[in-house]
Amino acid sequence: MSAALELEGLRKSFGKTEIIRGVDLSIGRAERHAIIGPNGAGKSTLFNLITGRFPKTSGAIRLHGKDLTGLAPFEINRLGLSRSFQITNIFPKMSVFENVRCALLWAQGHRYSFWSLVSRSRELNEGAEEILEQINLTARRDLPAGVLSYAEQRALEIGITIAGGADVIMLDEPTAGMSHSETDYIVDLIREVTKGKTLVMVEHDMGVVFGLADRISVLVYGEIIATGTPEAVRANPKVQEAYLGAALEAEH
Amino acid sequence: MTSLDHTRTRPAAGGLSLATLAPWLMAALFLAVMPFIFADNSAITIMNQMAITIIFALAYNMLLGQGGMLSFGHAVYMGLGGFMCVHIMNWMEDGAISMPLPLLPLFGGLFGLGFAMLIGSFSTRKAGTVFAMISLGVGELIAACSVIVVVFFGGEEGVSGDRTYGIPVLGVEFLHQIEVYYLTAFWLMLSAALMYLFSRTPVGRMANAVRDNPERAEFLGYSQRWVRYYSFCASGFFAGIAGGLFAINYEILTEENLNLATSGTILLVTFLGGVGFFFGPIIGAIVFTLLATVLKLHTELWQLYVGAIFVATVMFFPGGLAGLLAMHVAPWRLGKMGVLVKPYLTTLLPGVIGGLGLAGATEMLFHAREAAEGDEAMGLFFMEVSSHSPVAWAAVLAVTAAGFWLARRGAPGLKAAWDEANTAPRGRR
Repeated sequence: MSAALELEGLRKSFGKTEIIRGVDLSIGRAERHAIIGPNGAGKSTLFNLITGRFPKTSGAIRLHGKDLTGLAPFEINRLGLSRSFQITNIFPKMSVFENVRCALLWAQGHRYSFWSLVSRSRELNEGAEEILEQINLTARRDLPAGVLSYAEQRALEIGITIAGGADVIMLDEPTAGMSHSETDYIVDLIREVTKGKTLVMVEHDMGVVFGLADRISVLVYGEIIATGTPEAVRANPKVQEAYLGAALEAEH
Repeated sequence: MTSLDHTRTRPAAGGLSLATLAPWLMAALFLAVMPFIFADNSAITIMNQMAITIIFALAYNMLLGQGGMLSFGHAVYMGLGGFMCVHIMNWMEDGAISMPLPLLPLFGGLFGLGFAMLIGSFSTRKAGTVFAMISLGVGELIAACSVIVVVFFGGEEGVSGDRTYGIPVLGVEFLHQIEVYYLTAFWLMLSAALMYLFSRTPVGRMANAVRDNPERAEFLGYSQRWVRYYSFCASGFFAGIAGGLFAINYEILTEENLNLATSGTILLVTFLGGVGFFFGPIIGAIVFTLLATVLKLHTELWQLYVGAIFVATVMFFPGGLAGLLAMHVAPWRLGKMGVLVKPYLTTLLPGVIGGLGLAGATEMLFHAREAAEGDEAMGLFFMEVSSHSPVAWAAVLAVTAAGFWLARRGAPGLKAAWDEANTAPRGRR
């Protein structure tokens, strides 16, 4: 069985500074994989390389065995990879419903159609309503997305990310800046909407990571120093030393 | 947040309810009866000009409001469509081709579309400043071509034609303004409806998404560049239709129809009306055409006043006139419009009087400086005044000062009333 997402010798330099220094990683189908590491380790850069936001310097990225070199973000998305952003990235002036509906358009094959009306597709509108139901924003349906509360915007962000039905979902710090109750809500939501899909996420909250992930990779200074089950990673002395000891201490 | 209730009923998917059709039917009825109310030829000419400007402004707003593209050269597509139509009229006169005149704007649109497809293929690669600069450059380039490619643009005197050589439609040969009015009104309704429907298609919805957040749109599977390209082409098509109607109305096109001044005017019209709403440019076009034609009859300084109104709009009401109207939806729904009547009378009315006083002073200054030696009499607001009389000067300055002072004094009250009008009564949430 080929991996859903595979990185091989991936490197990225900005000028003379090498941020990602040879990452090898294989994430299996329907696996929930978390990437953790200290600030500035290159977690977000890794995300941006995989999704085509930045060009890589060298190495290979394969999605379901297909090389992603040179593809634009929209082409990568069409291959079944969808992502959320660390800083909320929605369509602020459009209504919540429109936000979700736009996320469904390409997946439902509407392409660049200017001969059909969006209001006439039952599949499209019901699909959008269903997602709104899932992310608990039905009551907010007609509000401009920009006026939602922070937690609601994060939920919408996840809704937009999963709407297209991509089978590889990448979430960049989905619970950043949230209160405890909001975090619990988002974690339940993530567990619910990524059933049967491959999930790759960057997260700082160790409670979330150990509660959600099947496997964990630890990224320190652009290199993966350990990959394994939560138990194995927790017990790894290298990880203890480099990162987790301090991080777990901070939790308590 | 305003506390509107969001329980309003939604039309069933795909349903063409009376509520959605009503504004369109009313607009059609309105267009049909207007010539009976304003029957003289000059009024009909103004209405034709208005209709053409509406189509052009709506087409422009497909870029600016819907797609987030600021173009400084959109007159090119209207102008080229218009030039093409004059040439077609001339071919009809020569007997080379024949068709009914009402079809002509379609060819203007197709020509505009063709050019937009060409220019858009590289100008829509990037949004923002790059797009704006390319549109400026292309606008200048085509305007410069008008004196170079004389065979198409007719050099400095432009090209002119005669619209009456088309195949008569039900005996109508378009000799009279009123016949041209109904032709223009028909195209106005058709274009406006099609542009509205375009905004409801997948690519029209994605135009908004790309405007709001191009990067996010890319991560939903859409190339921002192609989304912009489709909007740009559609916009060029409708601008070309406006050009065709211009050709039919005026039977002449010159360099002026393509140059940067015309491109700037349509930006002004669209912004004045409000880019955030589909109907914004319609209001902008109506108000601007009225200002331009009626004000022009009374003062040489009309452009100064239009400019001042534009600057005031941008500074105080970035949503334009449509935004100003939309702001009142919340008080209206809450049934609190009554709260606003008194502060509007005590604040806005003096403000308007102050503004008119300032305009009067400007007119007097202009007259005192520019009129011939010894010519001191001038008409000012239906009065005969002397531009050199200290009494007249004192009066006009006093009115200005008093108007602005009263407006300023009333401003806090207006703000309080506005807040009050936007607050739901207790228990309604």
